[in-house]
Amino acid sequence: MIAYQISVFAENKPGRLAKVTAILAKAKINIRAITISTSDEFGVINLLVDDPEQGQKVLAKEGLTASLKEVLAILIEDRPGGLDKLVQLLARENVNVENAYGFVLESWKRAVFVIEVDQIQRAQEILKEDGFETLNAEELSAVEPFHYMKY
Amino acid sequence: MYWEKEIETIPHDKLKVLQLERLKKTVRSASTSDFYGKLFKNIGFKPDGISSLKDIENIPFTTCDDLRDCWPYGLIAVSRDELIRMHFSSETTERALVIFHTAADVNAWTNLMARSMYMTGMRKSDVFQNMMTYGLFTGGLGFHYGAERLGALVIPAGSENSRRQIQLMKNFGTTVLHISPSHALHLSGVFKEVDMDPRKDTELKTAFLGSEPHSEETRKQIEEILGIKAFNSYGLSEMNGPGVSFECQFQQGMHIWEDNYLVEVIDPETLEPVPEGTMGELVLTTLVRQGMPILRYRTRDLTRMITEPCECGRTHRRIERIKGRTDDTMIIKGINIFPIQIEKKLNNIPGVGNNFLIILEREGLNDDIIIKVEVQKEFFTGDLKQLENLRSRISDALKADILITPRVKLVEPNSLPKPEGKTGRVIDNRKNLYG
Repeated sequence: MIAYQISVFAENKPGRLAKVTAILAKAKINIRAITISTSDEFGVINLLVDDPEQGQKVLAKEGLTASLKEVLAILIEDRPGGLDKLVQLLARENVNVENAYGFVLESWKRAVFVIEVDQIQRAQEILKEDGFETLNAEELSAVEPFHYMKY
Repeated sequence: MYWEKEIETIPHDKLKVLQLERLKKTVRSASTSDFYGKLFKNIGFKPDGISSLKDIENIPFTTCDDLRDCWPYGLIAVSRDELIRMHFSSETTERALVIFHTAADVNAWTNLMARSMYMTGMRKSDVFQNMMTYGLFTGGLGFHYGAERLGALVIPAGSENSRRQIQLMKNFGTTVLHISPSHALHLSGVFKEVDMDPRKDTELKTAFLGSEPHSEETRKQIEEILGIKAFNSYGLSEMNGPGVSFECQFQQGMHIWEDNYLVEVIDPETLEPVPEGTMGELVLTTLVRQGMPILRYRTRDLTRMITEPCECGRTHRRIERIKGRTDDTMIIKGINIFPIQIEKKLNNIPGVGNNFLIILEREGLNDDIIIKVEVQKEFFTGDLKQLENLRSRISDALKADILITPRVKLVEPNSLPKPEGKTGRVIDNRKNLYG
């Protein structure tokens, strides 16, 4: 399954991130994970949200340069060696990781590792063969830890 | 004291007679060029239609766009065989203005250079180190020829590195330099590195500062550091190059050689002449050039005529230090750059958005050109690497064109102010550039 991350082009200066989060908060979009990569004067804010399409739309509407980017969100075990197992596989298969970040779903149980890779289809097949589960957008919002569940 | 006493101290009425005689000849000769031939026909101007200096106002101004439109031979007024030299103006557009000279033109220019340098006190006993780029640029060869004519020993040092320049000064007892102001300031540091005090350990006494606008303050600083007198001058390739006007020993404005150039100062908006002594755009007509006469050339340089007589006794009027430009030409590290050049390059690069902004900074002795470029919305796919590639692509493309590596900053679409007017895309933060 392929997930979507919102990538926002922003100048590296105070207030840019605040603008992004304000827009998403107003649109009631939940941010699951965020990373920022910068190149001294500009950078890219990567956001994993519960509704990427809507998120991209509201950001673009407010004049921000936001695009949707395909990523793989891989379910891993939240225990020592959990990430290693995945990364060793990628290394063996010669899959290059361009960007990555992770977040815990349930402490000591499950975590999600998000990767941007050069050959996304191939990477997906390799993961599937090896028994890794990749999540799409809906599944990402569905795998709520119990105490986060919306009542 | 004078290189050519009679002409340098010529009374005003006699100068006017000489100018009129030369203007008539120049206009007649210009009419044989493609450009002026057509122009005169279009406006119904007769090549012998000059009976007073004022009549020149019946001829339209010539601009650098005109020179570009009839590039390269449209203004040639002699047979091509008569041309012996060409130079470029110090700009970098594909059609850099090219100026052609006959043997007589090179001779007259050389004489003006010798006259100018002699005026500052340089003599045949001097050792002249020409630290300027030779080649297409007029400054190198112009000064070289003039100094030889004067009879000085010329060291054609060109763009040798600073340490080697100092070595030459030391070994051969250089007394006079031709140098850019930024290089002169830089040199003070190099003197320290080699543990020399230019004031004591060299024979230096004079420097001609050229190729970059500089302030009075910078001049004073250079004079102090090197223990010399530094002279300002003004020239432009279209009018030969250096030697159009030069300071005398009193350093109060630059004498403009009115036997060779007819001077007008106009209001750049209305194009009407301004009252004498008022700031305006300098307009020049060549009075002796045969190969490529140019009439009423708009220099785009802002200055003011000083009409009071000079203590040195020369009757040729003086102009003040150039106060700025009437167009958006930027002079960076001695190179003329037009925002339009940058715009054209940017337009050809996929991913570049609608707007850009040029910011000029001076850090220490160095001019920095910073170019903020909006990224096209559609281009962005969420990849930082892609943006970095775009940035280096812009930087490389511009460097190839303007010869200076700009600092390119990518910015968000629609984040830059919309340009207003001619200079809306340029912010010049360099202080005291023109003093």
